[in-house]
Amino acid sequence: MNEENKRLETQIPKSKFEFAKRSGLENSENISGESVGYFKDAWRRFCKNKSSLVATAIIGFLLLFSLIAPVISPYTVSYQDDRYKFCPPENKLCVSLGLNFWDGCEKKILPEHTFQYYRAIGTETGENPIKNGKYKSELRKNGSYYSFRMNSVNAVGCVFLSLTKAEYASLQDYQDRTGRQVIYPTTNPSARPSEREAPQLFTDANYWYKTQLVSGKDEQGFPLKQKIAVPVFETNGEFINIYASYTGLDGYRSLRLEGQEKLYDYAIANQTGYEVRVKYAEYYRYYNCEVLKNGIETPNFLFGTTQAGKDLFTCLGSGARLSFLLALSISFVNMCVGGIYGAIEGYYGGGADLVMERISDILSAVPFMIVITLLKMHFGSTSQLLILFVAFFLTGWISMAKRVRMQFYRYKNREYVLSAKTLGATDGRIMRKHVLPNAIGTIITGSVLSIPATIFSESSLSYLGIINLNTGSMTSVGTLLSNAQPYLTTYPYMILFPALFICLLMLSFNLFGNGLRDAFNPTLRGEKE
Amino acid sequence: MIRYVLKRIGLMLLSFVIIMTVCFFLVKMLPLVVNASLGQDAEIAEAQIVARGYRDPVLKQYFAYIRRIIVDWDWGVGVNMPEYVGQPVWGVFVEKLPPTILINLYSSLFAVPIGILLGVYAALKKNSWQDHTISVLVMALVSVPSYVTAFLVQYLLCFKLGWLPLTMSAGQDYFTWQTFRSMLPAVFSLSFGSIAGYARFTRAELSEVLTGEYLLLARAKGLTRSQCVARHALRNAMTPIFPSIIAEFIAVMSGSLIIEKIFSVPGVGKLYLTAITSLDYDFFMMLSAFYTFIGLAAGIVVDISYGFIDPRIRVGEK
Repeated sequence: MNEENKRLETQIPKSKFEFAKRSGLENSENISGESVGYFKDAWRRFCKNKSSLVATAIIGFLLLFSLIAPVISPYTVSYQDDRYKFCPPENKLCVSLGLNFWDGCEKKILPEHTFQYYRAIGTETGENPIKNGKYKSELRKNGSYYSFRMNSVNAVGCVFLSLTKAEYASLQDYQDRTGRQVIYPTTNPSARPSEREAPQLFTDANYWYKTQLVSGKDEQGFPLKQKIAVPVFETNGEFINIYASYTGLDGYRSLRLEGQEKLYDYAIANQTGYEVRVKYAEYYRYYNCEVLKNGIETPNFLFGTTQAGKDLFTCLGSGARLSFLLALSISFVNMCVGGIYGAIEGYYGGGADLVMERISDILSAVPFMIVITLLKMHFGSTSQLLILFVAFFLTGWISMAKRVRMQFYRYKNREYVLSAKTLGATDGRIMRKHVLPNAIGTIITGSVLSIPATIFSESSLSYLGIINLNTGSMTSVGTLLSNAQPYLTTYPYMILFPALFICLLMLSFNLFGNGLRDAFNPTLRGEKE
Repeated sequence: MIRYVLKRIGLMLLSFVIIMTVCFFLVKMLPLVVNASLGQDAEIAEAQIVARGYRDPVLKQYFAYIRRIIVDWDWGVGVNMPEYVGQPVWGVFVEKLPPTILINLYSSLFAVPIGILLGVYAALKKNSWQDHTISVLVMALVSVPSYVTAFLVQYLLCFKLGWLPLTMSAGQDYFTWQTFRSMLPAVFSLSFGSIAGYARFTRAELSEVLTGEYLLLARAKGLTRSQCVARHALRNAMTPIFPSIIAEFIAVMSGSLIIEKIFSVPGVGKLYLTAITSLDYDFFMMLSAFYTFIGLAAGIVVDISYGFIDPRIRVGEK
């Protein structure tokens, strides 16, 4: 046959060839209209799917949240303030609308003496822990009970601080400069609730009023172990203050309550400096603006604070950022590695396929938990993120490889592949140009659907405490959840926001992934994954 | 068929042995940490370790380990966990197994029928509002992580309404009403995801089968719609569903670490977590072997049961 060809070739001289006349083709219809490519087609189908579009919008929102939240929040992940822990979420909008939720308050039903305690804070500092001063009282068999919404930030009231002389002086300078009353008159130690009988009440700076220690009863009428401090009122029903009277030994030269008269002492000297009684909200402003210079003026926690006094909004934002970053990078790496592995398996088949398939079979049979545990045991001291990354990579690429392998098996024997081969295309070119485009839909869908799975696993692992991503300046959604779980019954808001985030994320990614799958592969519509 | 089954089991055992060997050597590369228990001399603890051969060359240890398992079914003893020091690993494990199995078994028994019924209902009422409601519910339940459902169950059912206890009661009597009640929150939390999975699976399979031409023929022959569905459609739709039910019943043994933690179930998951935090390697090896085995076995049973249920499918046969 070859020789025959050769003979024919040699017989006809080149000059005898002439170009074909194209006249007949001119009348044929021109291709008109927009040409629609694969991606454009998929995009059109995707846009028809309303739920996927909504899901995409939600993902965008969550992504924006994770990017923006840590930036716009004045707080950082490492910020923490012990006195403002368990503060309920406070949304300025809800507060100004006068709504009774998301207002930084929690509902309290308290006995008389505790209610008076909070009322006294309001009277002294001018910032009432009792929201709008509104409360309802009811008489129970062991005394009156008051129900009201308590503002946790205001409820901190005053605290005792031990300051050095220099700190004390600079605090007074701050007061003089800004005209803000930070330091309040200190109380007379002998008039406070007795140190011997009630040590915790003695150190509570909010007992600025005259009290009497009595043995209390709880709601069921059983006697309490600790004594309670019941206020002693003046005849007109006002609190009687127990401020330490003026001695002039406190070195105080700044603003005073009720004008400038020297009625009270503002500090008590101790070995290291002075024990001062400060209104914490003002001290907080001073400490953050003047000492730390981080620009935080008033405590305002949109999502509340954790048990350690961290701002949940910032923590959730940066945890979400970490989750996204991890999931996206893992999904990208798995896509590349799994794609190449699967392509080689599927395209070459035979012995290579058999060996590679065995390897991935064995790897995929190892439970993920064991992989991560072994990695953690071996490299526990190095970066936890790296461990997570390696563990997700080790187990994650296999499913991608399997998908790609299947697509390559299906398409490698098509006629157009054969024709490309006949035309002399190399294996690499055939894989890239002729087979891969058939698999691209599966690859993208698989990668997108692996993102929520990764985020879920990561949050589970940090929830279980196997991976600890909570290292000062870093946190993860799982850690937030696991920290919040003990307080599920008392402070449910702590679990609400991280859980809501995870739910929304998983739901929208699943819908988005399903939409993508339907768009890329309309024949699979409505089938299981 | 038998040849196929044997081949699959052989391959599975091979995978199992390879995985466990790699695990073993990786574990033996770690430094052995021994915390002497209270009132115990550190030297005695060390002597016990030496006596058990934990300071021998690794290869020697490997064969000794295999021999001990095969000959005496001895998986080692606890070293670091205060409650289990000196106790045989296998014994502790068997003791921890019942709560895990029971919780998962109950949840499967609860989830499988409900899930399948929902799926059948949705498929029969395809594209009606009932179907859409079920689809939305299924999507929500599939997406919401199990721990979030667990929090919800714990908060609403156990705390707000006070119907059920917050955590599982400790103790060995697993069949009293008290214990059963305390297991329920965990059972519910586990079953939601499962219900959604089965409903989706059944709906997809059944609605595909329902479009089949043989069903049209059956109707043409005069069968009523319900006869058609029950005798023809459902049986065919169950072909892929049934193996996954079997697999689920095998996987009940491994349980869920997270659910066990949330409801403080005294099960295998908790044992695993404490074992890895206190670096008790014998426990870790045994539990790894267990989890790996369960995973492999479930896979194999699915493949084989396909062949038994539907003789048309014989995976791997030419």
